[in-house]
Order: sequence, then C-alpha cells, then structure tokens
Amino acid sequence: MTRYLTQRLLLTIPVLFLVSIIVFTLINLIPGDPALLMAGGEAGQDVVEALRKQMGLDRPLVVRYAIWLGRVVRGDLGKSVRDGRPVLDVLRLKLPVTIQLAAISLLVSWCIAIPAGIVAAWKRRSVVDYTATTVALAGVSIPNFWLGIMLLYLFAVNLRWLPPSGYVEPWVNPIRSLERMVLPATVLGTALAALVMRLLRSSMLEVLGTEYVRTAQAKGLADRRVITRHALRNALIPVVTVMGLQLGGLLGGAVITETIFAVPGIGQLAVQSILTRDYPMVQGVVLFSAVAIVFVNLSVDIIYSLLDPRIRLVEARS
Amino acid sequence: MAAQSPALPAAPWSPPRRQASLRYFLHRYARNRMALFGLWVITLVAFAAVFAPRVAPADPTKPDFGRLLAPASREHLLGTYDLGRDLLSRVIYGARTSLLAGVVSVGIAVAVGLPLGLMSGYYRGRLDDFLMRLTDALLSFPFLVLALAIAAVLGAGLWKAMIAIGIVFTPGFIRLSRAQVLSERERAYVEAARARRARRTGGSSGGTSCPTASRRCWCRRRWPWPQRSPRRPR
Repeated sequence: MTRYLTQRLLLTIPVLFLVSIIVFTLINLIPGDPALLMAGGEAGQDVVEALRKQMGLDRPLVVRYAIWLGRVVRGDLGKSVRDGRPVLDVLRLKLPVTIQLAAISLLVSWCIAIPAGIVAAWKRRSVVDYTATTVALAGVSIPNFWLGIMLLYLFAVNLRWLPPSGYVEPWVNPIRSLERMVLPATVLGTALAALVMRLLRSSMLEVLGTEYVRTAQAKGLADRRVITRHALRNALIPVVTVMGLQLGGLLGGAVITETIFAVPGIGQLAVQSILTRDYPMVQGVVLFSAVAIVFVNLSVDIIYSLLDPRIRLVEARS
Repeated sequence: MAAQSPALPAAPWSPPRRQASLRYFLHRYARNRMALFGLWVITLVAFAAVFAPRVAPADPTKPDFGRLLAPASREHLLGTYDLGRDLLSRVIYGARTSLLAGVVSVGIAVAVGLPLGLMSGYYRGRLDDFLMRLTDALLSFPFLVLALAIAAVLGAGLWKAMIAIGIVFTPGFIRLSRAQVLSERERAYVEAARARRARRTGGSSGGTSCPTASRRCWCRRRWPWPQRSPRRPR
C-alpha cells in the first residue's frame, strides 16, 4: 500500500508542474501588451518601458515563470485588474458556493441513479429497465442549458414556486438558500445521474453474473439481501470512480449552469473574468480548478485502491 | 484520473483483411436498430445542412417585423424569435455551423491524438511517460474553461474556436488510442509481424495495430456540444 501511495503521489508532481506551465503560457500567449494597456494610449515610449520594467515584463519568460511560480506557491495569485481585490480572496469567497452546489447536485444524482441502477439491473429487460435506460439516455442527451431554461420557465415563471436565480448563504437563511439551489442542483444532478445509472446498471449486471452471487442465491438468501449485501458492494467500485471524477468536474465550476441561474460560484467567476479580460483572475481560476481536479483524482485513485486491492497489486508489479 | 486507466476488454479479433472487416462492420451495424436510427438522424441533419437554401422555408436573416416572437404557424413552422426571423430556417442553417464545428474539431483531435497515442503505446519509455503526464495535466482542466482560455489566446472566429475545441479533445484521443495499442501489442499477430521483421512503423501504423486500435477510437466521436464534459469513464 505504501508503495502504491508513494508512486501515485510522485506522479502528481510532474502533473502539477505541467498544469502550472500550461496556465502560465496560456495567459502569456494572449495577444496584447499589459504594460501598454496599463499606461494608456497617450503614454510615451519611456513611460511604457518603465512600466514594463516595473512589472518585470522585460525579463525572459523562464525567469518570469519562476518568479510567478514562487508567488503562487506562497499563496499569492496576484490581484484582479478590474477591482484590485486579491485573486485568492475572491476564490475563497466563491468556493463555498460551488462546494454547496456540487454537494447538493451529487446528492440529487445519487438519489436518482443508485435505486434506478439497481432496479434496472435486477429486473433486467422489464418495463422498469427499459424506462430507466431510456430516461437515462435522454438525460445524457439533453443539454444542461436547455433543461435549466425549461425548469426556470416552469417553476419560476409559470408556477412561481421557486425563485429564479441568485444565492443566499446557508448560514444566513438555510431555507431560502436551499430554495435557490434546487433548480441548478436538479439540472446538474440529473445529467450526472444518467451516467451513474447506466454505469451502475452494467456493473451490477456483471456482478450478478458471477459465481459468488450464485452461491449466495443457492444458499437461499433473499434477493434483497443478495443485492444489497453482496452484489451492490462490488458493483459500486467502478461507480465510485466516476462519482469522484464528477465531483472534480463540479468543483472546476459548472460554468453553464452557474451562469444560467446566476449562482456566484467558480464557474461564473471563470466566465466573467474571461469576458472582462481580467487575466490574473482567469489565471487564478483556471489554476485553481485544475489543481482541485488533480487532487480529487488523486484521492479517487487512493480510495479506489482501498476498495479494490487488486488495483494496487497490479500497479506495484508493473 | 487514472494514469493507469485499465485496458478495455479485448474484443474478438477479426481478420485484418480490409474488405472482410468492412463487410463485418456493416453487417453488425445493420443489425443494430438504435445505430440505424442514429444514422437516420445524422443523415437528416446532414441533408438539411447541405441543402439548407433549398430546405429552409425562409431566409434565416430576413426579419418579419409584423410577427415578432410569433408562435408556430403555417408561415413559420417553429415561430419567430424577438428579431422576427424564422426559427426553423435559423435551426437548419445553424446545422451547417454545428456540423462543421463538430467534424473539424474532432478531426483535429483525431489527427493529432491518434498518432501520438499510437507512438506512446508502441514505444513506451520516456515519450510515453511525458505524454501521459501531459494528458493528465490537460485533462485536469475543466473542458469549457480550457477551451475558453485557448480561444482567448487564438482570438475570435469560428475556425479558431474549432481549433480550441480540437486541442481540448486531443488528450482524450491520445489516452484512448494508447490504451488500445497497449492491449493490442501483446497479441500474437503483432508478434508474428515482428518476427517477420516488419518495420516498426509498418507494425504500428500499417497492417496491424493501427487499424484495429483506431477503429475502436471512432466510438468516441461526439459533437462538441459545450455542456458535455470530455471526462467520461474510461
């Protein structure tokens, strides 16, 4: 186990390096001279030169990268060009929102997908199975923005059951906060549920065909018990991986859904900062999302190896 | 994301004779009702896109000021939107852009990703290590955020957007084709080719692994509708 763990951790280091290099190069490749922009149109050549020197833009790219990386490691992501707030503070402000949305979405997705997946596999080729599979196919195919707009129209505009958009902190007013989270979380949750349900169904079918399940059935256990105690545990292993990856994706910001429902999370921040050309902010958001996903994936891999010892054995050998 | 994505289960090996495998493919395809249905849908969309000026009931840019936001009617089968343009015609003409964007961006991703993945899987070693870490890093970025950032670098325009999406799709294809080669290169027929002293490029791109491996990669072709994350279970 230790060996697998160290191997996996060591692999993360070059990935993080590459992520930082990609982020840095991307931002520096964007056309336009920041010094010229900051100095303004009428500024003389000497002023621009001085500003360039002050911002460190006269130095070679590699040196700038090293300086930038040093700052990032110490937690200094620079300041927003728009309002001068430190990027890290803004991220800290938006992160709880995105985490809350991600958590509720995942909860919605599990509540739909796990029972549906189990029943679809258990009653294979029944009406239930076909219905669940078809609905899941629809769930995968329906674009998030369309579902979001339709739900908004139905529940917020026509029925007026729920507020259309916005955000309230849960510690200020938990009920209002939840009211505003229901729609975006449903949109995200259903899309995720479709994938999880299909995966759970197929992995459940695979497990139900194995001999230990037949043994359990042969010794007279009730179907319910065979499924929950014996089959489900193993069937969930691959599903857990996908759930983890989905969590990573959500932390990176559900860009479209957050924009539609005006949820002030990481995704909305990403779009706004790109549209307003707030490059330090873009850099911060992109870097944050990528690093978050790297670490979520790392923990998924570790959990996976805990759940399924075969993984770490194979890995250690190769 | 698994730097160690488990190799997909190997499908039954079919003879590498091109014609035979094509016929086999068509046979399997024709028997799958869902696949045929999908083919019809795609054909319909492609037909509408190609013959858009003939098919569309109205000029997509001509506003009908008498009917802003009109509901569906005989003149406007899907109604009009706030500028009074015919929605159905807009959709039909829009299919041109969407199809083009889909084909070109996936084409770019395959053209770049497939050879890199093949090399990575076949030669292993340092190249493989580097490419795998690079794909790990690229796959760590949220799809839309990375595409937007690349688009910001390239500038505006449909072609540049397609290139941006193509770049974002590439690591997925690298991983997929690599995984296929890894499972394929252990097969007896690759060894036989090696024993015949086939050149390495011949071995990996000519008669053996490439056709089989690349055939499976086609399964991943999807239109880059932006809400879809490329991170699917592999």
